[in-house]
Amino acid sequence: MNLVRSHVLVCGGTGCTSSGCEKLIKEFDVQLAKAGIDKEVKVVKTGCFGLCALGPIVIVYPEGAFYSMVKEENIEEIVNEHLLKGRIVTHLLYDESVHEGEEIKPLNEIDFYKKQMRIALRNCGVIDPENIDEYIAFDGYKALGKVLTEMTPEEVIAVVKESSLRGRGGAGFPTALKWEFAAKQPKGQKFVCCNADEGDPGAFMDRSILEGDPHCVIEAMTIAAYAIGSNQGYIYIRAEYPIAVNRLQKAINQAKEYGLLGDNIFGTDFSFDLEIRLGAGAFVCGEETALMTSIEGYRGEPRPRPPFPAVKGLWGVPTILNNVETYANIPQIILNGAEWFKGIGTEKSKGTKVFALGGKIHNTGLVEVPMGTTLREIVEEIGGGIPDGKKFKAAQTGGPSGGCIPTSLIDTPIDYDSLTKIGAMMGSGGLIVMDEDSCMVDIAKFFLEFTVDESCGKCAPCRIGTKRMLEILEKITSGNGTVEDIENLKDLANTIKSSALCGLGQTAPNPILSTLKYFEDEYMAHVVEKRCPAGACKDLLSYVIIADKCKGCTICAKNCPVNAISGEVKKPFVIDQDTCIKCGVCEGKCPFKAIVRQ
Amino acid sequence: MVENNTIPFNGTPEQHEKLMAAIEKYKGTKGALIPVLHEAQEIYGYLPIEVQKTIAEGINVPLSEIYGVVTFYTQFVTQPKGEYRFAVCLGTACYVKGAGAIIDRIKERIGVEVGTCSADGKCSLDATRCIGACGLAPVLTVNDDVYGKLTLDDVDAILDKYLK
Repeated sequence: MNLVRSHVLVCGGTGCTSSGCEKLIKEFDVQLAKAGIDKEVKVVKTGCFGLCALGPIVIVYPEGAFYSMVKEENIEEIVNEHLLKGRIVTHLLYDESVHEGEEIKPLNEIDFYKKQMRIALRNCGVIDPENIDEYIAFDGYKALGKVLTEMTPEEVIAVVKESSLRGRGGAGFPTALKWEFAAKQPKGQKFVCCNADEGDPGAFMDRSILEGDPHCVIEAMTIAAYAIGSNQGYIYIRAEYPIAVNRLQKAINQAKEYGLLGDNIFGTDFSFDLEIRLGAGAFVCGEETALMTSIEGYRGEPRPRPPFPAVKGLWGVPTILNNVETYANIPQIILNGAEWFKGIGTEKSKGTKVFALGGKIHNTGLVEVPMGTTLREIVEEIGGGIPDGKKFKAAQTGGPSGGCIPTSLIDTPIDYDSLTKIGAMMGSGGLIVMDEDSCMVDIAKFFLEFTVDESCGKCAPCRIGTKRMLEILEKITSGNGTVEDIENLKDLANTIKSSALCGLGQTAPNPILSTLKYFEDEYMAHVVEKRCPAGACKDLLSYVIIADKCKGCTICAKNCPVNAISGEVKKPFVIDQDTCIKCGVCEGKCPFKAIVRQ
Repeated sequence: MVENNTIPFNGTPEQHEKLMAAIEKYKGTKGALIPVLHEAQEIYGYLPIEVQKTIAEGINVPLSEIYGVVTFYTQFVTQPKGEYRFAVCLGTACYVKGAGAIIDRIKERIGVEVGTCSADGKCSLDATRCIGACGLAPVLTVNDDVYGKLTLDDVDAILDKYLK
C-alpha cells in the first residue's frame, strides 16, 4: 500500500458538482502529476460538507485547511504552495477559518460547524462514498455484524424503542413501533422500504446522505429487515437525484460483492436483497401508502389507513417504511446504545435533526443540530444571519405542509412538539429564512400553487378545496380581496384539514393558517388598504421617482424596457403608471436611489 | 384530453429495438410499468402515444392504465422537449430568491410558455420542482449544465450563449 502524506477532499455533492467540482478534480490530477507528487497526495471525492453556498469546497488534510469557492485556476497554486512546499494558501481559505495570526482554526471551531452535532451526516464529506472500504474503516457494517451475531430481532427492536428514535420524514412517528407491528405479523413475505422521495422544496438532507454515505442506509435497512423478518427491500428515490441514484446503485453492488447483502449475510442464515425504484416526479408519493402504490406500478394515489402498512403494505403484505435520515441514525444507535442517543435532544424528541438552511441567509447549506436548538442559534450563529443588513421576518419549516415561525418566536427550541404547538411542523427539515422583502401572503400562495399542482385528485377536499383556497389568495394578492375572503379562507382551511384523505391534503392548509395566525395584519393590508407591505405583490405596487433625489441623468429612461419613463434632461423624470410593467429595472439602475417601490 | 403533438412521431428501428429489449428485461417483474416507462423515455426523449401502445402490448397492461400513469407523474412527458431544455427551479429557496422573475425573462426571450417547446424544436421551458441545489438559489439548468446564484443579467448572458 502506498503511503499517502496528504489527502485532498473535494466535495462531490450536488451543490458543488453544480459549481464545477469535477473540473477541479481533473485539474488536481494534472497539477499533482506535473509537480511529481501524485503518489504522495490522494484526491478523494466525498459527499457534502454542508456549506453549499461556498462551493466548490476543498479540504486538505492533515492541516484541515478549508478552501472555499475554489476555481480551476487556483489549483496550481494550492498544489505548488501548499502540497509541495507546505505553505497554506491563506488567501484562498474560507475567511471564517483563519485566526487573526494567520493560523487556521480547526473545522469544529468555525461558527458554521461549532454548534453542530453530526450523527446522520457523520460520514458525509469525510469518506469516499463510492468506496465500501472507507465506510468499513469508519465502523461501517459493524452494527450489522453485532445485530446478526449477538442480538435477537426482539433485542434489536428493544434498543431502537429504548432510544426513542422518531421518524425524520415529517410526522415524527416512533420508529420502533412500526417495526414492532410488522415483526408481530405472522411469518411470511414482508418488505422493508426506504422513503427517499424527498419532495419538500428546500429540503435536501436525504439526498446528501445518499450521496455522501449510501452504505449507512443499506446497513440500516438490513438491520431493520432482520428485526422484522424480511428478505427483500426497496429504496424509492426521486429520479431528480441522478448522482444519489448512481452512488446508491454502486454501493448496493459493492455490498453484494462483499457478502453484506444477498444470501447468508455474515455467514448466518439471514438473507436480504435490495432494489432501487425510481420515482417519477409526484410529491404525493412521499406519503407512505402512495409510495407503495407507486412501487407497485400504479398512479401514486394514497389509500385510507388503517390498514397500516405494517399490517398490509406493499403488495398486501406487512411492510415498514422509514425515511433516509431515520435509517442513517440506526447503525449509531446499535453501536453506541440507546442511552447515548437518549442523552441528546429534548424530553420528547431525542437525537439530532438535519436542516437544510436556505433562502435569505448567509450560510446556505446543511446543518445537523441536537433537537432543542433554538431557531435563533440556527439562523444567527450557524447560518451567519441575514445578508444585506435586512431584518429577519420569519422562517418557514416543513415545506408545503408546514408553517412560518415569526420573529417573536425565534427563541423556540426546535423539536417535533414545540413546532406543532406553534402551528409549524418539523417536516423533513427544510428551513427557509425570509426577510422583510418577503410577503407572507405571497409565500402562502406559493405553497398553495404547489399543493394544487401536486394534489393527486383522489379526494374532493384536497382536489377542489386547495384550488378554491388558491383562488382566494390570488384574489387577495391582486388587490381584489375582501375581509370576508379571509374568513372564508379560514373556514375552508379548517374543513380541509379535518377531511382530506392523506397527509398531503390534511397539511395543505398549514401555510395559510400559520401565516394568518402571525401575519393577519399583512393580509388585512392587502384587502383593506390594497397595499403589499413587503412590496412583493406586483399588482399592488408601483414605482415612483422622488423628485428631490432625481438628477435627471436619463439612465432610468434608457433602461426602461417599455419606455414608461420620460422627462427633460437634468430635471426630475416621471414614470407613467399605465405603461409601467413593474419589472424593477429602473430601481436597480438609478445611481441616486431616487426610485422607490410603494 | 386531446393530444396535439406539433411534431409527428418518427421513431427509428434502433429505438424500437431498444424499447423491445427494455420490455423483455422487465417482463414478469412485479411493478414493471414505471421502470419500463423510465427506459422508454430515456430512449425516445418523451412518451408519445405510439410508444405507450407498444409498451401496453409488450407487458400486457391496458393502454388506458399506462396513459393514466404517464399523465400522473410529472417526470413523464408526452410532448418532445427542445434541443435546449431550459428548466428553472421553483423550489422554495429559489422562489424566495427571485426565480419567478427569471422564468418571466426566459419566457419573454425565447417566446414559449412554461411546459412547451418552440415550433422549430430548438428551445423548451420548464418550471421544475426543487432540484436540491438550494445553496445555489436561484438555479437554472440548460440540458445538463447548471447555473446558480443567478441575477437577471446572468440570465441574459446565458440566453445569448444558446440563442445566437
